[in-house]
This record gives sequence, structure tokens and C-alpha cells, in this order.
Amino acid sequence: MIPRRAVITGLGVVAPGGVGVKAFWELLSSGRTATRTISLFDATGFRSQVAAEVDFDPLLEGLTDRQAGELDRVAQFALCASAQAIADAKLPVGAAPHRTAVSVGSAVGCTMVLEQEYVRLSEHGTNWLVDHSRAAPHLFQALMPSTVAAEVAWLAQAEGPCAVVSTGCTSGLDAVAHAAALIAESSADVVLAGASDAPISPISAACFDAIKATTPRNDDPAHASRPFDRTRNGFVLGEGAAMFVVEEISAARRRGASIYCEIAGYGQRANAYHMTGLRPDGVEMAEAIRIALRRAALAPDRIDYINAHGSGTRQNDIHETAAFKRSLGAHAYATPISSIKSMVGHSLGAIGSIELAACALAMQHSLVPPTANLDEPDPDCDLDYVPHVARERSLRAVLNVGSGFGGFQTAIVLTDTGLRDAE
Amino acid sequence: MAAPALTGVGVLAANGVGVADWWRRTVEGVSGIRAVDTLRDGGYPAVLAGEVVDFDPARHLPTRLITQTDRWTQMALAAAEWALADARVEPSAYDPYEFGVVTGSASGGNEFGQREIGRLWRNGPGAVGAYQSIAWFYAASTGQISIRHGLKGPSGVLVTEQAAGLDALGHARRLIRDGARVVLAGGTEAPLSPYAWTCQLSSGYVSTAIDPDGAYAPFDMAASGYVPGEGGAMLLVEDQASARARDAPVLGYLDGYAATFDPPRSSGRPANLGRCIEAALADARCPASEIDVVFADAMALPGHDRDEALALAEVFGPGGVPVTAPKTMTGRMYSGGAALDVAAALLCLRDQVIPPTKGITRPHPAHHLDLVRDAARPCAVRRAMVVARGGGGFNAAVVLSRP
Repeated sequence: MIPRRAVITGLGVVAPGGVGVKAFWELLSSGRTATRTISLFDATGFRSQVAAEVDFDPLLEGLTDRQAGELDRVAQFALCASAQAIADAKLPVGAAPHRTAVSVGSAVGCTMVLEQEYVRLSEHGTNWLVDHSRAAPHLFQALMPSTVAAEVAWLAQAEGPCAVVSTGCTSGLDAVAHAAALIAESSADVVLAGASDAPISPISAACFDAIKATTPRNDDPAHASRPFDRTRNGFVLGEGAAMFVVEEISAARRRGASIYCEIAGYGQRANAYHMTGLRPDGVEMAEAIRIALRRAALAPDRIDYINAHGSGTRQNDIHETAAFKRSLGAHAYATPISSIKSMVGHSLGAIGSIELAACALAMQHSLVPPTANLDEPDPDCDLDYVPHVARERSLRAVLNVGSGFGGFQTAIVLTDTGLRDAE
Repeated sequence: MAAPALTGVGVLAANGVGVADWWRRTVEGVSGIRAVDTLRDGGYPAVLAGEVVDFDPARHLPTRLITQTDRWTQMALAAAEWALADARVEPSAYDPYEFGVVTGSASGGNEFGQREIGRLWRNGPGAVGAYQSIAWFYAASTGQISIRHGLKGPSGVLVTEQAAGLDALGHARRLIRDGARVVLAGGTEAPLSPYAWTCQLSSGYVSTAIDPDGAYAPFDMAASGYVPGEGGAMLLVEDQASARARDAPVLGYLDGYAATFDPPRSSGRPANLGRCIEAALADARCPASEIDVVFADAMALPGHDRDEALALAEVFGPGGVPVTAPKTMTGRMYSGGAALDVAAALLCLRDQVIPPTKGITRPHPAHHLDLVRDAARPCAVRRAMVVARGGGGFNAAVVLSRP
């Protein structure tokens, strides 16, 4: 049997710095940052007051009154990115509903509306037995994270398997891996896949404050996200979405779709160690990378670029630097590595897909996006993290890794389709 | 590839904690649905639920774990441990990379989240506890189970409301086909905290009956909503060859699985539950005539019941297969619900007895269902189907067979 290969034929991005692929790529390729003082809520009194926010008006972006009025921001982002991806792929919507699936990653789902409504119904948290009589009639649907996938399915007229994948901060990678699996096993021919999160709200900010995971660099928000830099001291919370049209390769070719890249391999492992902690040896992430390479049938030295998790915490930077060396050997030292979280922050479950979009665009433009704010490399991070300035390079195989609360480690390899055609 | 084996079960439900108690009461038709004090105190229009009053986390989990988890994760941890014991599996005997965890979660850490949001808004950001970040989010149960038992294999978390219990099993099979040997899969839910309750009430789908008898009466003329419950099940899904090699206590095989999604009603396109059932049968290479029992989704809303009955009649013929809904004794528990139904189906295959649907007095004549009502029905059961529908349009079905 000919293996069914999954390719990306369309992408849509809602990221800090501007809605749409063009604004996203301009930001990344220029090395500018979109981190700023939080404006979505009054962060006075919070330890971290910096975030990477999206300037987003749902009605201007073409959402309906119902979608703008009833849905959480996370679903609005997903819809906006999905519409972009469908248009970009020139996908004939409704052509084969039963063979069209949906896989949307999200770490925290509809927490923004959830918190706002709770605060309203509980009189600012003072009434444990909240007043049900004032609850909005659509509240249940608005708060269930499954609604994010349902809304995308309705938009795409998808009637195949449909799910939200919620593995914390690897959700955006795992949702796309899930899409590739659905294609490979022939559960679908087309998958709307990607991820969305909108966690810039008091409760999400407060819970990262509580464990000092986010940066307190409030006096210099534009330079607050500093992966691999000696002075980094926590991540910058972000938000956004990226969605892809993922298709079975021969079907995509038959309809003349233009192909960004192939989802050639993925690997998923857990560290079974700690909900938030990472061991410095990076063993499980290295294992995930090895599995992804094996599935892609690629030797480690074929990787041309690594889009790192690069969250801007010391334990992460040490952990993944070790993982790259462990999995790629000497080639780790010869591979450009960068973290776009330095520019667009860490949007929890969404960021994995936003990074995959960056990888697809990097391959298209033969340009490695830089790591912004990398002024003083941490001496313990001794690989090539592409500081400040994008670098021209032909990219035929790209590795993207993610690491998340719960101990999840995921790696995805994207390749130029020619790499496997040649086999 | 041979169908994966199901070799262990751990359950929590309103009518029993642990497989033995729960199954005995389920077959006897003992319901766990009753009025919940906090819901009465809150003056909510619906006060009946399937509360798992017999579950004391302190008896099953270390204090350290209880402090950092929501009730939903505590139940998942307990169920996972029992499933391992039931399957006679000691995780340390396995390659950790070949052992995964997949859970469904529809609503995450409800009570924990409500408490911490309250603290934040009453007392400021400094009042939020360190564990909110790891207790609230949907991946908490999978992560905690992985850490507790040292499981490093491919894992997952699926959110498809009530369908997630089956989607977790389908995903476990996918992981096993990709090389995992064992996957702990299933789901739990703890949706009875006041804010979670308020959200459910807003749907208009929750039964406001006062009398527990007949409050949750699917496929009945008087069906007027479901009763929510808490709890669920974790199951051990195992590569068949691996299970055989260790002479495992096989409860059944996962022969088939399928998932579909419904178009919006406004589209005029048909719903896809029937297609999902047929796809699961096709996946199992099982003709409809070989299914001996269907565990129904059973929403207990007139339109939903009609749609499900119609789909079943189309595939199996009018009255063509015994149908049951033991969730009428436990309440509908979202991600936990279908996982618990799978546990029930496995024990039904083992004991050759179909547990009853309780609370039905006037079956809807237009449904043409062979409902197993009131009392359990002993009969030959070789293959069972479980059907689940998640709010918004998620459909899933599995086919299970007797070893």
C-alpha cells in the first residue's frame, strides 16, 4: 500500500503584530517584537505585566454578529485563521464533507469568557453559589472548548472526525500531528488543523505569576522575551492562532493545489517527571525528535533549521539545548536554531501551530527567522541561535519542538515534498 | 493488525466506586441519582445529580497529589490505578516509551478553577495558588497519570464533550498501531461545582425533575432532559500480541471505532450519527446483525432521542437490537460517560447480562427500540456497541467483542 502523505496547502495566522500571514512574516523576518504592556486587562499589581497581544476586531475580520457576540476570543481567532487558510489553499469548501476533518489545539480553551462570566455571576468571586438566573443562555456552548473545533467544522463544512486536542503547551504541535495521522490512516483526505489560545486574562496571568513562570521585566516590554539570553527570566504570555489546510498529497496534486511542505514526521513523548519541571538532560525531548526523524525517514544531518520551544526560561533553554545535541549529535552545532517566542510571545497551546506556520514560511522564503533580544548568549547554551537578524538559507527539512506542562514533549519534521518523492 | 485487547477497568460512578460495587449495583438497577445539598442550597432549578459520594480521595491518593489536583483528576488517578491493578500490569515492567496515556476532558478542573478565580478577584493576584496552573487545564489528568506511573509513551488529551471517552479509546488504538504496547485510556469529569452547574443549566438540557425516579428518562414520552453526573472510567488498552504473551485477563477487544461530526441544523444536511455507527461497524468488519447490544447515548431530549432511535433503527432495523442506557443510574458525565459505558459493555460481554435502563415508564412508540428496561436481561452477547454524542455535533461509536 502506498503510504498516505500529509501536506500543508494553506495557512492562516492571527498573531501578535498583526492579523494575517503577511504581517506575521514581516514581523518575524525583520526581527521586530510584538511584546508590550498588557492592555487587555488592568495588570496593576501583577508580577508580570507584559504580553504579546493581538489587535483584533472580530467584525472587521469578517466574523458574524453571533460569532463576535457569543464566542470566546479563542474561537474567534480560530475562525479567522481558518478562513485565511481555506482561502489560501483555494479549498473547495463543501466538496467532500465526509472526508473533511478538524483538529484544533488549545491549552486553556475559553477561559476569557469563563472568567468574565464567573466574576459577573459571583459578584467578584464573593458568592460561591453563583447566580444562575443571570447567566447568558449560550454560556454552556460558549465555554466548552469543544466549541472551538465545532465552529471551525461548520465554517469548513467538515463532517469527518472533529476534535480539540488539549495537551497544554504542545497542543499546537499535537493537533497537527493528529491531522497527519488522520490523513495517513485514511480517516480523512482534508483536515483543518491548527491551534488557538487567548489566555491574556487575569486568571491565566495570575497562575503563571504564582509560579514565577512569566517575566517581571515590566520596564522594558519590547525586550522582555529573551530566549537563550543570559538575562532571561521567564516567558512572555502571548495569544493567537494558526490554522492549516492539511491534505493527502495525491489529492492535493490532483486539484492543482500549491504545497507549502509535507508533515513528514512527528514524535510524542512524556517525561513522567514533573508537571512543570524539566530535567537538564533533555532525554525525552531527544527521544521525541528521534521518533519524528525516524517517521520522516530522515538522517539527523538532513535538518536545516530548528524552530525551538525557546520559551525564555532557563530550565527550558538548558533542557532543549541538551535534547538537540542528544538527538542530532555534532549536527546540532551546525544547525541554525531560533525561537520566535522572542517576537510573538508564548501563546500556550497555539504557539506550536504558529511556529509551524513560521517554519512553512521560512521554507517558502528560504529565510531563518531570528531570535530577537539575544544580546548575551547564556554560556550554557552553546548552539547557533541566530540572534537578531534573519538568515538566508535553503530549507528542505525543518524541525519544530515543543515542551509543555504535564511533561509533554513533541517534535514535528516538515520537509520539502521533493525530499520523499526522490526516494 | 489485530484488534487491541482491553485488559483492565477502573471506574467511579454515583452508584458505585470500583468495578465490583458499581457493576453489581448497575446490574441490579440501583441508581445513584439524588438531590445534591449544595445545589439545593444554591436555589438552582435543577438539584438532582449523580454525585460520587463514596469517593474519598484521601483514601486513595497521597496528600501532595490531592493538594495539586482538581476532583476530576483525582478520580482519573484513582481509576487509572485500579485499571492497572485489574489488568495485573506493573508499569515498571514495561519500556516507559511504549506506555501511553489518553484522557478525555470536557470541562477541566471546575471546582479548583472556580475557587482560584474567586481568590483572585477577592484578594488580588497574589492570592492565587501555585497549583492553579497545573490543576485547571485539560491536560492535567493525562500529565498526572503519566508522572505517577512513569509512563513516557505517546499520550493525548481529547476534548469532544460526551464523545471524548470513545475518542480516547480510538486514539489509544492509533497509538498502539504506531508502536505503543499499552495505553491507559478513558475519561472522567467532575461538573457539579456551582459555576459548572450554572453553565450546564444555561443549555436548557438538564432535567429539573425533583423525584430521582424517572428524572432521567431517555426514549420516554416524558423525556425532559438529562441528569448530569460525575465520575468515569479508565481502561487499559493493550496490543493483542502483548496481552497474549503475558496471559492477560482479556475483557474484550476493540474491534472498531469511528467518529463523525454533524452539520449545523440550519444547513438542511442530514446528521451523521447513523453514518458514524455504520463506519464503526465497517471498521470492525462486523455486520449489524452481529451486534447483540447497543449502549445508547440517551440524551433524554425529545429531538435527540428521536434522532438516535432513528439512526439505530436505520442500521439495525426497528427493534432489531437490545438497547440500554445504564447512565440513567449514574447521570450523564461528559468525558467520563462513554468511558463508563465501555466498561459496562465489557462486563456485559463477560457476564452475558445487559444492565437495565432505569426510570422509563412510557417508551416513545415512534422510537421502535428494544429497550432493556427496569431489570437486567441475561442473554448471549458476543459483540457490543457503544454510541456517544458530544454537544455541538460530535459523534463516536465503538464495537467491542468477547474474548
